[in-house]
Amino acid sequence: MLALLIPGLLFTPLALAVLCLLVNFRIGRLFSWVGIIVQVLVALGLWATVADQGGLYYDLGGWAAPLGIELRVDGLAVTFVLLTAVVASAAALHAGAYLDPRKGYQSYFWPLLWFLWAGLNGVWLAGDLFNLYVGLELISLAAVGLVALGGEAPALRAALRYLYAALLGSLGYLLAVALVYGSYGTLSLSGIAELAADHPPAPLILVLAALGLALKTALFPLHFWLPAAHGIAKSPVSALLSALVVKASFYIMARLWLEMGEQAGSIWLAQGLGALGAAGVVVGSWQAFRQSRLKMVVAYSSVAQIGYLFLLFPLSWGVATTTAELAQQGITLHLISHALAKAAMFLAAGNLILAVGNPQVSALAGVSRFLPFSLFSFGLAAVSLMGLPPSGGFVAKWLLLQASLAAGQWWWIGVLLLGSLLSALYVFRIFRASFLETGSDDPFYHPPRSLEVIPMALAVMAIGLGFVANLPLTVMALPVGGGVP
Amino acid sequence: MTPVQLYVLAGVLLCGLGFAGFLLTSHLLRKLMAFNIMGSGTFLLLVGLAQPNNTPDPVPQALVLTGIVVALAATALALVLMRRWYHLSGRTDLQGGPGD
Repeated sequence: MLALLIPGLLFTPLALAVLCLLVNFRIGRLFSWVGIIVQVLVALGLWATVADQGGLYYDLGGWAAPLGIELRVDGLAVTFVLLTAVVASAAALHAGAYLDPRKGYQSYFWPLLWFLWAGLNGVWLAGDLFNLYVGLELISLAAVGLVALGGEAPALRAALRYLYAALLGSLGYLLAVALVYGSYGTLSLSGIAELAADHPPAPLILVLAALGLALKTALFPLHFWLPAAHGIAKSPVSALLSALVVKASFYIMARLWLEMGEQAGSIWLAQGLGALGAAGVVVGSWQAFRQSRLKMVVAYSSVAQIGYLFLLFPLSWGVATTTAELAQQGITLHLISHALAKAAMFLAAGNLILAVGNPQVSALAGVSRFLPFSLFSFGLAAVSLMGLPPSGGFVAKWLLLQASLAAGQWWWIGVLLLGSLLSALYVFRIFRASFLETGSDDPFYHPPRSLEVIPMALAVMAIGLGFVANLPLTVMALPVGGGVP
Repeated sequence: MTPVQLYVLAGVLLCGLGFAGFLLTSHLLRKLMAFNIMGSGTFLLLVGLAQPNNTPDPVPQALVLTGIVVALAATALALVLMRRWYHLSGRTDLQGGPGD
Protein backbone atom coordinates (compact mmCIF):
# COMPACT_ATOMS: atom_id res chain seq x y z
CA MET A 1 0.00 0.00 0.00
CA LEU A 2 2.68 2.48 1.09
CA ALA A 3 4.79 1.52 -1.90
CA LEU A 4 2.01 3.06 -4.00
CA LEU A 5 1.13 6.03 -1.82
CA ILE A 6 4.46 7.75 -1.25
CA PRO A 7 5.83 7.58 -4.80
CA GLY A 8 2.37 8.78 -5.83
CA LEU A 9 2.95 11.95 -3.86
CA LEU A 10 6.37 12.69 -5.34
CA PHE A 11 6.47 10.96 -8.71
CA THR A 12 3.07 11.91 -10.17
CA PRO A 13 3.56 15.69 -9.71
CA LEU A 14 7.01 15.56 -11.34
CA ALA A 15 5.76 13.40 -14.21
CA LEU A 16 2.80 15.70 -14.75
CA ALA A 17 5.06 18.76 -14.67
CA VAL A 18 7.06 17.35 -17.58
CA LEU A 19 3.95 16.17 -19.46
CA CYS A 20 2.20 19.52 -19.11
CA LEU A 21 5.24 21.31 -20.55
CA LEU A 22 4.64 19.52 -23.84
CA VAL A 23 0.99 20.42 -24.39
CA ASN A 24 -1.23 23.51 -24.60
CA PHE A 25 -3.39 25.01 -21.85
CA ARG A 26 -6.56 22.96 -22.42
CA ILE A 27 -4.80 19.59 -22.59
CA GLY A 28 -2.65 20.56 -19.61
CA ARG A 29 -5.87 21.28 -17.75
CA LEU A 30 -7.20 17.81 -18.60
CA PHE A 31 -3.97 16.16 -17.41
CA SER A 32 -4.09 18.25 -14.25
CA TRP A 33 -7.66 17.19 -13.43
CA VAL A 34 -6.49 13.59 -13.47
CA GLY A 35 -3.48 14.55 -11.36
CA ILE A 36 -5.66 16.35 -8.83
CA ILE A 37 -7.82 13.25 -8.35
CA VAL A 38 -4.70 11.13 -7.85
CA GLN A 39 -3.18 13.59 -5.37
CA VAL A 40 -6.32 13.93 -3.26
CA LEU A 41 -6.85 10.15 -3.12
CA VAL A 42 -3.21 9.45 -2.27
CA ALA A 43 -3.07 12.18 0.39
CA LEU A 44 -6.26 10.88 1.99
CA GLY A 45 -4.93 7.32 1.87
CA LEU A 46 -1.64 8.27 3.50
CA TRP A 47 -3.39 10.35 6.15
CA ALA A 48 -5.69 7.44 7.03
CA THR A 49 -2.76 5.01 7.11
CA VAL A 50 -0.77 7.17 9.52
CA ALA A 51 -3.85 7.91 11.65
CA ASP A 52 -4.38 4.17 11.89
CA GLN A 53 -0.83 2.82 12.32
CA GLY A 54 1.24 5.80 13.38
CA GLY A 55 4.17 7.42 11.60
CA LEU A 56 7.00 5.58 9.88
CA TYR A 57 10.23 6.00 7.96
CA TYR A 58 10.34 5.14 4.28
CA ASP A 59 13.42 4.63 2.12
CA LEU A 60 12.68 6.04 -1.32
CA GLY A 61 13.37 3.45 -4.02
CA GLY A 62 14.67 1.03 -1.39
CA TRP A 63 17.96 2.96 -1.03
CA ALA A 64 18.96 3.55 2.58
CA ALA A 65 20.30 6.89 3.87
CA PRO A 66 22.81 8.58 3.56
CA LEU A 67 23.03 7.59 -0.11
CA GLY A 68 19.28 7.27 -0.59
CA ILE A 69 16.49 9.53 0.55
CA GLU A 70 14.78 8.67 3.81
CA LEU A 71 11.29 10.11 4.22
CA ARG A 72 9.77 10.77 7.60
CA VAL A 73 6.04 10.15 7.37
CA ASP A 74 4.64 11.30 10.72
CA GLY A 75 1.39 12.92 11.79
CA LEU A 76 2.49 16.49 11.13
CA ALA A 77 3.82 15.62 7.67
CA VAL A 78 0.63 13.88 6.49
CA THR A 79 -1.51 16.68 7.91
CA PHE A 80 0.32 19.16 5.68
CA VAL A 81 0.29 16.78 2.70
CA LEU A 82 -3.50 16.66 2.99
CA LEU A 83 -3.74 20.45 3.44
CA THR A 84 -1.62 20.91 0.29
CA ALA A 85 -3.84 18.52 -1.64
CA VAL A 86 -6.96 20.48 -0.63
CA VAL A 87 -5.65 24.01 -1.22
CA ALA A 88 -3.64 23.28 -4.37
CA SER A 89 -6.57 21.38 -5.93
CA ALA A 90 -8.87 24.31 -5.21
CA ALA A 91 -6.40 26.80 -6.69
CA ALA A 92 -5.79 24.60 -9.74
CA LEU A 93 -9.52 24.09 -10.41
CA HIS A 94 -10.05 27.83 -10.04
CA ALA A 95 -7.14 28.58 -12.36
CA GLY A 96 -8.58 26.24 -14.99
CA ALA A 97 -11.58 28.55 -15.33
CA TYR A 98 -9.90 31.83 -14.37
CA LEU A 99 -6.87 31.92 -16.69
CA ASP A 100 -7.43 32.79 -20.32
CA PRO A 101 -6.48 29.80 -22.53
CA ARG A 102 -6.05 32.08 -25.56
CA LYS A 103 -2.90 33.61 -24.06
CA GLY A 104 -0.14 31.17 -24.93
CA TYR A 105 2.03 31.74 -21.88
CA GLN A 106 -0.78 30.68 -19.52
CA SER A 107 -0.07 27.06 -20.45
CA TYR A 108 3.10 27.33 -18.30
CA PHE A 109 0.86 27.56 -15.24
CA TRP A 110 0.40 23.76 -15.18
CA PRO A 111 4.05 22.62 -15.21
CA LEU A 112 4.96 25.27 -12.63
CA LEU A 113 2.02 24.23 -10.44
CA TRP A 114 3.13 20.60 -10.52
CA PHE A 115 6.77 21.43 -9.76
CA LEU A 116 5.53 23.49 -6.84
CA TRP A 117 3.32 20.66 -5.62
CA ALA A 118 6.20 18.16 -5.82
CA GLY A 119 8.45 20.53 -3.87
CA LEU A 120 5.83 21.05 -1.17
CA ASN A 121 5.24 17.32 -0.72
CA GLY A 122 9.01 16.85 -0.65
CA VAL A 123 9.44 19.38 2.14
CA TRP A 124 6.63 17.99 4.30
CA LEU A 125 8.00 14.45 4.02
CA ALA A 126 11.77 15.06 4.06
CA GLY A 127 13.61 13.37 6.90
CA ASP A 128 16.93 15.16 6.47
CA LEU A 129 18.21 18.70 6.18
CA PHE A 130 19.52 18.47 2.63
CA ASN A 131 16.31 17.21 1.06
CA LEU A 132 14.54 20.01 2.88
CA TYR A 133 16.93 22.36 1.05
CA VAL A 134 16.26 20.80 -2.34
CA GLY A 135 12.50 20.89 -1.76
CA LEU A 136 12.70 24.49 -0.61
CA GLU A 137 14.60 25.52 -3.76
CA LEU A 138 12.19 23.66 -6.04
CA ILE A 139 9.33 25.55 -4.37
CA SER A 140 11.08 28.93 -4.70
CA LEU A 141 11.98 28.53 -8.36
CA ALA A 142 8.46 27.36 -9.27
CA ALA A 143 6.87 30.13 -7.20
CA VAL A 144 9.01 32.83 -8.85
CA GLY A 145 8.05 31.47 -12.24
CA LEU A 146 4.38 31.63 -11.28
CA VAL A 147 4.68 35.26 -10.13
CA ALA A 148 6.32 36.22 -13.43
CA LEU A 149 3.67 34.33 -15.45
CA GLY A 150 2.05 37.45 -16.94
CA GLY A 151 5.39 38.78 -18.20
CA GLU A 152 4.52 42.46 -17.66
CA ALA A 153 7.16 44.75 -16.14
CA PRO A 154 5.63 45.10 -12.62
CA ALA A 155 5.24 41.31 -12.36
CA LEU A 156 8.85 40.86 -13.45
CA ARG A 157 10.09 43.34 -10.87
CA ALA A 158 8.13 41.56 -8.12
CA ALA A 159 9.43 38.19 -9.34
CA LEU A 160 13.06 39.36 -9.39
CA ARG A 161 12.80 40.82 -5.88
CA TYR A 162 11.20 37.61 -4.70
CA LEU A 163 13.87 35.48 -6.40
CA TYR A 164 16.77 37.41 -4.86
CA ALA A 165 15.22 37.32 -1.38
CA ALA A 166 14.52 33.60 -1.73
CA LEU A 167 18.07 32.83 -2.94
CA LEU A 168 19.66 34.73 -0.06
CA GLY A 169 17.37 33.00 2.42
CA SER A 170 18.25 29.57 1.04
CA LEU A 171 21.97 30.27 1.34
CA GLY A 172 21.54 31.24 5.00
CA TYR A 173 19.82 27.93 5.58
CA LEU A 174 22.46 26.01 3.58
CA LEU A 175 25.23 27.59 5.68
CA ALA A 176 23.46 26.29 8.79
CA VAL A 177 23.28 22.85 7.13
CA ALA A 178 27.04 22.97 6.44
CA LEU A 179 27.72 23.75 10.10
CA VAL A 180 25.41 20.95 11.27
CA TYR A 181 27.11 18.39 9.01
CA GLY A 182 30.51 19.68 10.06
CA SER A 183 29.75 19.17 13.74
CA TYR A 184 27.62 15.99 13.69
CA GLY A 185 28.46 14.18 10.44
CA THR A 186 24.78 13.49 9.83
CA LEU A 187 21.90 15.35 8.23
CA SER A 188 19.02 13.19 9.41
CA LEU A 189 16.65 15.16 11.65
CA SER A 190 16.22 12.33 14.12
CA GLY A 191 19.99 11.66 14.22
CA ILE A 192 20.67 15.32 14.98
CA ALA A 193 18.09 15.33 17.78
CA GLU A 194 19.86 12.35 19.41
CA LEU A 195 23.35 13.83 19.09
CA ALA A 196 22.24 17.31 20.15
CA ALA A 197 21.14 15.98 23.53
CA ASP A 198 24.78 15.11 24.41
CA HIS A 199 26.71 17.68 22.37
CA PRO A 200 24.82 20.99 22.29
CA PRO A 201 24.98 22.56 18.81
CA ALA A 202 26.47 26.02 18.28
CA PRO A 203 23.89 28.80 18.68
CA LEU A 204 25.16 30.22 15.37
CA ILE A 205 23.51 27.30 13.53
CA LEU A 206 20.06 28.22 14.72
CA VAL A 207 20.63 31.96 14.20
CA LEU A 208 21.75 31.45 10.56
CA ALA A 209 18.86 29.10 9.82
CA ALA A 210 16.41 31.46 11.53
CA LEU A 211 17.63 34.46 9.50
CA GLY A 212 17.53 32.63 6.20
CA LEU A 213 14.16 31.03 6.76
CA ALA A 214 12.62 34.18 8.27
CA LEU A 215 13.54 35.98 5.03
CA LYS A 216 11.76 33.27 3.04
CA THR A 217 8.76 33.24 5.39
CA ALA A 218 8.52 37.07 5.20
CA LEU A 219 8.84 37.72 8.93
CA PHE A 220 8.71 41.46 9.68
CA PRO A 221 10.98 43.39 8.83
CA LEU A 222 12.13 40.95 6.12
CA HIS A 223 8.70 40.98 4.45
CA PHE A 224 9.54 43.67 1.84
CA TRP A 225 9.25 41.26 -1.10
CA LEU A 226 5.95 39.61 -0.16
CA PRO A 227 3.18 42.18 -0.76
CA ALA A 228 4.29 43.02 -4.31
CA ALA A 229 4.76 39.36 -5.29
CA HIS A 230 1.50 38.12 -3.76
CA GLY A 231 -0.46 41.20 -4.80
CA ILE A 232 0.58 41.19 -8.44
CA ALA A 233 0.39 37.47 -9.21
CA LYS A 234 -2.78 36.00 -10.75
CA SER A 235 -5.33 35.22 -8.02
CA PRO A 236 -4.96 31.40 -8.03
CA VAL A 237 -1.18 31.89 -7.81
CA SER A 238 -1.52 34.35 -4.91
CA ALA A 239 -3.68 31.77 -3.15
CA LEU A 240 -0.98 29.11 -3.55
CA LEU A 241 1.81 31.44 -2.44
CA SER A 242 0.08 32.80 0.66
CA ALA A 243 -1.53 29.56 1.74
CA LEU A 244 1.30 27.10 1.17
CA VAL A 245 4.64 28.46 -0.08
CA VAL A 246 5.50 30.71 2.88
CA LYS A 247 4.45 27.91 5.23
CA ALA A 248 7.09 25.54 3.84
CA SER A 249 10.03 27.60 5.13
CA PHE A 250 8.26 28.12 8.44
CA TYR A 251 7.74 24.35 8.70
CA ILE A 252 11.49 23.77 8.31
CA MET A 253 12.24 26.41 10.94
CA ALA A 254 9.75 24.80 13.33
CA ARG A 255 11.19 21.31 12.73
CA LEU A 256 14.71 22.57 13.44
CA TRP A 257 13.53 24.39 16.55
CA LEU A 258 11.74 21.35 17.92
CA GLU A 259 14.75 19.10 17.27
CA MET A 260 17.50 21.30 18.68
CA GLY A 261 15.94 24.49 20.02
CA GLU A 262 16.20 23.17 23.56
CA GLN A 263 20.01 23.06 23.31
CA ALA A 264 20.95 25.68 20.72
CA GLY A 265 18.19 28.21 21.39
CA SER A 266 18.19 30.95 23.98
CA ILE A 267 15.58 33.10 25.66
CA TRP A 268 16.77 36.04 23.52
CA LEU A 269 16.32 34.20 20.24
CA ALA A 270 12.92 32.83 21.31
CA GLN A 271 11.55 36.11 22.62
CA GLY A 272 13.18 38.06 19.77
CA LEU A 273 11.49 35.95 17.09
CA GLY A 274 8.21 36.26 18.98
CA ALA A 275 8.58 40.05 19.22
CA LEU A 276 9.28 40.35 15.47
CA GLY A 277 6.22 38.20 14.83
CA ALA A 278 4.15 40.48 17.06
CA ALA A 279 5.50 43.56 15.27
CA GLY A 280 4.56 41.87 11.98
CA VAL A 281 0.99 41.36 13.22
CA VAL A 282 0.59 45.05 14.06
CA VAL A 283 2.47 46.58 11.11
CA GLY A 284 1.04 44.13 8.55
CA SER A 285 -2.55 44.76 9.70
CA TRP A 286 -2.06 48.52 9.71
CA GLN A 287 -0.53 48.45 6.23
CA ALA A 288 -3.41 46.26 5.05
CA PHE A 289 -5.81 48.90 6.32
CA ARG A 290 -4.06 51.61 4.31
CA GLN A 291 -3.85 49.86 0.89
CA SER A 292 -6.01 51.13 -1.92
CA ARG A 293 -5.95 47.94 -4.03
CA LEU A 294 -8.00 44.95 -2.89
CA LYS A 295 -5.34 42.30 -3.44
CA MET A 296 -2.70 44.36 -1.64
CA VAL A 297 -5.01 44.42 1.40
CA VAL A 298 -5.11 40.63 1.33
CA ALA A 299 -1.34 40.40 0.75
CA TYR A 300 -0.49 42.63 3.73
CA SER A 301 -2.96 40.62 5.78
CA SER A 302 -0.68 37.64 5.06
CA VAL A 303 2.28 39.52 6.59
CA ALA A 304 0.18 39.95 9.74
CA GLN A 305 -1.02 36.35 9.87
CA ILE A 306 2.51 35.02 9.33
CA GLY A 307 3.51 37.01 12.43
CA TYR A 308 1.33 34.82 14.66
CA LEU A 309 3.26 31.73 13.54
CA PHE A 310 6.41 33.05 15.19
CA LEU A 311 4.77 32.97 18.63
CA LEU A 312 5.68 29.27 18.49
CA PHE A 313 9.26 30.05 19.51
CA PRO A 314 8.74 31.91 22.82
CA LEU A 315 5.80 29.69 23.77
CA SER A 316 7.74 26.46 23.34
CA TRP A 317 11.12 27.43 24.83
CA GLY A 318 11.85 26.84 28.49
CA VAL A 319 8.22 26.06 29.38
CA ALA A 320 6.48 22.93 30.63
CA THR A 321 5.99 20.15 28.06
CA THR A 322 2.19 20.47 28.19
CA THR A 323 2.45 24.20 27.49
CA ALA A 324 4.77 23.62 24.55
CA GLU A 325 2.33 21.04 23.17
CA LEU A 326 -0.52 23.51 23.54
CA ALA A 327 1.50 26.12 21.62
CA GLN A 328 2.35 23.62 18.87
CA GLN A 329 -1.30 22.67 18.50
CA GLY A 330 -2.35 26.32 18.37
CA ILE A 331 0.26 27.20 15.76
CA THR A 332 -0.50 24.18 13.57
CA LEU A 333 -4.21 24.93 13.68
CA HIS A 334 -3.53 28.59 12.89
CA LEU A 335 -1.38 27.53 9.94
CA ILE A 336 -4.12 25.25 8.58
CA SER A 337 -6.99 27.69 9.10
CA HIS A 338 -4.97 30.57 7.63
CA ALA A 339 -4.09 28.45 4.60
CA LEU A 340 -7.76 27.64 3.94
CA ALA A 341 -9.07 31.13 4.74
CA LYS A 342 -6.38 33.03 2.85
CA ALA A 343 -6.68 30.85 -0.24
CA ALA A 344 -10.45 31.45 -0.11
CA MET A 345 -9.90 35.18 0.32
CA PHE A 346 -7.49 35.53 -2.62
CA LEU A 347 -9.75 33.49 -4.91
CA ALA A 348 -12.80 35.50 -3.81
CA ALA A 349 -10.86 38.74 -4.30
CA GLY A 350 -9.92 37.53 -7.79
CA ASN A 351 -13.61 36.94 -8.56
CA LEU A 352 -14.57 40.37 -7.24
CA ILE A 353 -11.88 42.09 -9.33
CA LEU A 354 -13.00 40.09 -12.37
CA ALA A 355 -16.58 41.20 -11.72
CA VAL A 356 -15.95 44.92 -11.24
CA GLY A 357 -13.06 45.07 -13.70
CA ASN A 358 -10.98 47.26 -11.40
CA PRO A 359 -8.44 46.32 -8.70
CA GLN A 360 -9.27 49.26 -6.38
CA VAL A 361 -11.17 48.81 -3.12
CA SER A 362 -13.25 51.90 -3.92
CA ALA A 363 -14.52 50.23 -7.10
CA LEU A 364 -16.43 47.66 -5.02
CA ALA A 365 -19.41 49.98 -4.47
CA GLY A 366 -22.65 48.15 -5.20
CA VAL A 367 -21.13 44.68 -5.03
CA SER A 368 -23.16 43.64 -1.96
CA ARG A 369 -26.38 44.10 -3.89
CA PHE A 370 -25.48 42.49 -7.19
CA LEU A 371 -22.79 39.96 -6.27
CA PRO A 372 -23.67 38.82 -2.76
CA PHE A 373 -22.29 35.31 -3.30
CA SER A 374 -18.69 36.42 -4.04
CA LEU A 375 -18.75 38.85 -1.16
CA PHE A 376 -20.11 36.18 1.18
CA SER A 377 -17.12 33.84 0.53
CA PHE A 378 -14.80 36.75 1.24
CA GLY A 379 -16.68 37.46 4.47
CA LEU A 380 -16.66 33.85 5.67
CA ALA A 381 -12.89 33.68 5.14
CA ALA A 382 -12.55 36.96 7.03
CA VAL A 383 -14.44 35.49 9.99
CA SER A 384 -11.74 32.86 10.37
CA LEU A 385 -8.92 35.39 9.87
CA MET A 386 -10.34 37.64 12.58
CA GLY A 387 -10.59 34.64 14.88
CA LEU A 388 -14.32 34.85 15.54
CA PRO A 389 -16.02 31.74 16.93
CA PRO A 390 -16.76 29.06 15.80
CA SER A 391 -14.05 29.20 13.07
CA GLY A 392 -10.75 27.33 12.95
CA GLY A 393 -8.98 30.66 13.49
CA PHE A 394 -10.86 31.09 16.77
CA VAL A 395 -9.85 27.67 18.14
CA ALA A 396 -6.21 28.35 17.15
CA LYS A 397 -6.15 31.73 18.92
CA TRP A 398 -7.89 30.20 21.93
CA LEU A 399 -5.15 27.55 22.20
CA LEU A 400 -2.44 30.21 21.85
CA LEU A 401 -4.15 32.29 24.56
CA GLN A 402 -4.12 29.31 26.91
CA ALA A 403 -0.48 28.59 26.06
CA SER A 404 0.49 32.22 26.81
CA LEU A 405 -1.27 32.04 30.18
CA ALA A 406 0.27 28.67 31.05
CA ALA A 407 3.74 29.90 30.06
CA GLY A 408 3.31 33.05 32.18
CA GLN A 409 4.01 35.21 29.09
CA TRP A 410 0.94 37.41 29.33
CA TRP A 411 2.29 39.97 26.84
CA TRP A 412 1.39 37.77 23.85
CA ILE A 413 -2.30 37.98 24.86
CA GLY A 414 -2.24 41.68 24.01
CA VAL A 415 -0.82 40.83 20.57
CA LEU A 416 -3.56 38.26 19.93
CA LEU A 417 -6.32 40.72 20.87
CA LEU A 418 -4.83 43.68 19.01
CA GLY A 419 -4.26 41.53 15.93
CA SER A 420 -7.91 40.46 15.84
CA LEU A 421 -9.11 44.05 16.27
CA LEU A 422 -6.83 45.35 13.52
CA SER A 423 -7.89 42.58 11.12
CA ALA A 424 -11.53 43.53 11.76
CA LEU A 425 -10.53 47.07 10.80
CA TYR A 426 -9.21 46.21 7.34
CA VAL A 427 -11.95 43.68 6.62
CA PHE A 428 -14.75 46.09 7.51
CA ARG A 429 -13.19 48.75 5.34
CA ILE A 430 -13.76 46.45 2.37
CA PHE A 431 -17.33 45.74 3.45
CA ARG A 432 -17.98 49.44 3.88
CA ALA A 433 -16.85 50.06 0.31
CA SER A 434 -18.95 47.21 -1.06
CA PHE A 435 -22.16 48.21 0.77
CA LEU A 436 -22.30 51.64 -0.82
CA GLU A 437 -25.33 51.90 -3.13
CA THR A 438 -24.70 52.86 -6.75
CA GLY A 439 -28.16 52.72 -8.33
CA SER A 440 -30.56 50.11 -9.57
CA ASP A 441 -28.61 49.00 -12.66
CA ASP A 442 -26.30 46.01 -12.43
CA PRO A 443 -23.04 47.13 -14.09
CA PHE A 444 -21.04 44.02 -13.18
CA TYR A 445 -19.78 41.00 -15.05
CA HIS A 446 -21.01 37.85 -13.27
CA PRO A 447 -18.28 35.20 -12.94
CA PRO A 448 -19.35 31.62 -13.74
CA ARG A 449 -20.66 29.48 -10.86
CA SER A 450 -17.58 27.21 -10.99
CA LEU A 451 -15.38 30.17 -10.01
CA GLU A 452 -17.73 31.21 -7.20
CA VAL A 453 -18.12 27.80 -5.61
CA ILE A 454 -14.41 27.13 -5.01
CA PRO A 455 -13.59 30.00 -2.58
CA MET A 456 -16.90 29.29 -0.85
CA ALA A 457 -15.90 25.66 -0.27
CA LEU A 458 -12.50 26.69 1.14
CA ALA A 459 -14.06 29.32 3.43
CA VAL A 460 -16.62 26.79 4.71
CA MET A 461 -13.73 24.41 5.47
CA ALA A 462 -11.90 27.15 7.41
CA ILE A 463 -15.02 27.72 9.51
CA GLY A 464 -15.78 23.99 9.83
CA LEU A 465 -12.28 23.34 11.13
CA GLY A 466 -13.43 24.88 14.40
CA PHE A 467 -15.97 22.09 14.88
CA VAL A 468 -13.70 19.15 14.05
CA ALA A 469 -10.40 20.57 15.34
CA ASN A 470 -9.84 17.57 17.59
CA LEU A 471 -9.30 15.11 14.75
CA PRO A 472 -6.42 16.94 12.99
CA LEU A 473 -4.93 17.83 16.37
CA THR A 474 -4.80 14.16 17.38
CA VAL A 475 -3.30 13.01 14.09
CA MET A 476 -0.73 15.85 13.77
CA ALA A 477 0.80 14.90 17.12
CA LEU A 478 1.48 11.30 16.06
CA PRO A 479 5.21 10.59 16.15
CA VAL A 480 6.93 7.87 14.15
CA GLY A 481 5.41 4.60 15.44
CA GLY A 482 2.09 4.23 17.31
CA GLY A 483 -1.33 5.15 15.89
CA VAL A 484 -4.41 6.72 17.48
CA PRO A 485 -5.11 4.62 20.58
CA MET B 1 47.30 26.13 9.86
CA THR B 2 45.57 22.85 9.09
CA PRO B 3 43.88 22.27 5.73
CA VAL B 4 40.48 22.28 7.42
CA GLN B 5 41.10 25.73 8.86
CA LEU B 6 42.22 26.95 5.45
CA TYR B 7 39.02 25.69 3.83
CA VAL B 8 36.89 27.27 6.53
CA LEU B 9 38.70 30.59 6.34
CA ALA B 10 38.39 30.72 2.54
CA GLY B 11 34.74 29.70 2.75
CA VAL B 12 33.88 32.37 5.32
CA LEU B 13 35.81 34.98 3.32
CA LEU B 14 33.95 34.14 0.10
CA CYS B 15 30.61 34.15 1.91
CA GLY B 16 31.35 37.54 3.47
CA LEU B 17 32.48 39.02 0.14
CA GLY B 18 29.43 37.68 -1.63
CA PHE B 19 27.06 38.89 1.06
CA ALA B 20 28.57 42.39 1.05
CA GLY B 21 28.38 42.50 -2.74
CA PHE B 22 24.79 41.32 -2.65
CA LEU B 23 23.75 44.10 -0.30
CA LEU B 24 25.88 46.93 -1.69
CA THR B 25 25.34 46.64 -5.44
CA SER B 26 22.10 47.40 -7.23
CA HIS B 27 23.02 46.17 -10.72
CA LEU B 28 21.07 42.94 -11.13
CA LEU B 29 23.90 41.06 -12.85
CA ARG B 30 26.42 42.04 -10.16
CA LYS B 31 23.97 40.96 -7.49
CA LEU B 32 23.61 37.60 -9.21
CA MET B 33 27.38 37.15 -9.37
CA ALA B 34 27.66 38.07 -5.69
CA PHE B 35 25.08 35.39 -4.97
CA ASN B 36 27.16 32.86 -6.89
CA ILE B 37 30.32 33.80 -4.97
CA MET B 38 28.43 33.41 -1.71
CA GLY B 39 27.19 30.03 -2.90
CA SER B 40 30.75 28.91 -3.69
CA GLY B 41 31.82 29.93 -0.19
CA THR B 42 28.99 27.89 1.28
CA PHE B 43 29.94 24.84 -0.78
CA LEU B 44 33.55 25.21 0.30
CA LEU B 45 32.45 25.26 3.94
CA LEU B 46 30.22 22.23 3.38
CA VAL B 47 33.09 20.20 1.90
CA GLY B 48 35.85 21.67 4.05
CA LEU B 49 34.25 21.31 7.46
CA ALA B 50 33.46 17.63 7.07
CA GLN B 51 36.92 16.05 7.00
CA PRO B 52 37.30 13.77 9.99
CA ASN B 53 41.01 12.79 10.26
CA ASN B 54 41.77 14.80 7.11
CA THR B 55 40.10 12.24 4.83
CA PRO B 56 37.49 13.62 2.46
CA ASP B 57 33.89 12.56 3.18
CA PRO B 58 31.94 11.52 0.04
CA VAL B 59 28.51 12.62 1.33
CA PRO B 60 29.12 16.41 1.26
CA GLN B 61 30.69 16.05 -2.19
CA ALA B 62 27.42 14.58 -3.42
CA LEU B 63 25.50 17.32 -1.64
CA VAL B 64 27.60 20.06 -3.22
CA LEU B 65 27.05 18.52 -6.64
CA THR B 66 23.30 18.82 -6.06
CA GLY B 67 23.80 22.33 -4.69
CA ILE B 68 25.65 23.39 -7.84
CA VAL B 69 22.79 22.13 -10.00
CA VAL B 70 20.32 24.11 -7.89
CA ALA B 71 22.48 27.26 -8.09
CA LEU B 72 22.77 26.82 -11.85
CA ALA B 73 19.00 26.55 -12.24
CA ALA B 74 18.46 29.62 -10.05
CA THR B 75 21.06 31.60 -12.01
CA ALA B 76 19.48 30.66 -15.33
CA LEU B 77 16.03 31.71 -14.10
CA ALA B 78 17.39 35.02 -12.79
CA LEU B 79 19.12 35.70 -16.14
CA VAL B 80 15.93 35.05 -18.11
CA LEU B 81 13.86 37.34 -15.86
CA MET B 82 16.57 39.99 -15.88
CA ARG B 83 16.81 40.04 -19.69
CA ARG B 84 13.07 40.40 -20.04
CA TRP B 85 13.01 43.15 -17.39
CA TYR B 86 15.79 45.01 -19.21
CA HIS B 87 13.94 44.59 -22.51
CA LEU B 88 10.72 46.07 -21.05
CA SER B 89 12.06 48.78 -18.78
CA GLY B 90 15.55 49.54 -20.10
CA ARG B 91 16.92 49.34 -16.58
CA THR B 92 19.63 47.19 -15.00
CA ASP B 93 18.33 47.62 -11.44
CA LEU B 94 14.91 47.38 -9.82
CA GLN B 95 14.51 51.02 -8.80
CA GLY B 96 12.07 53.09 -10.82
CA GLY B 97 10.81 51.85 -14.16
CA PRO B 98 7.16 51.31 -15.09
CA GLY B 99 4.62 51.00 -12.30
CA ASP B 100 6.88 51.50 -9.26
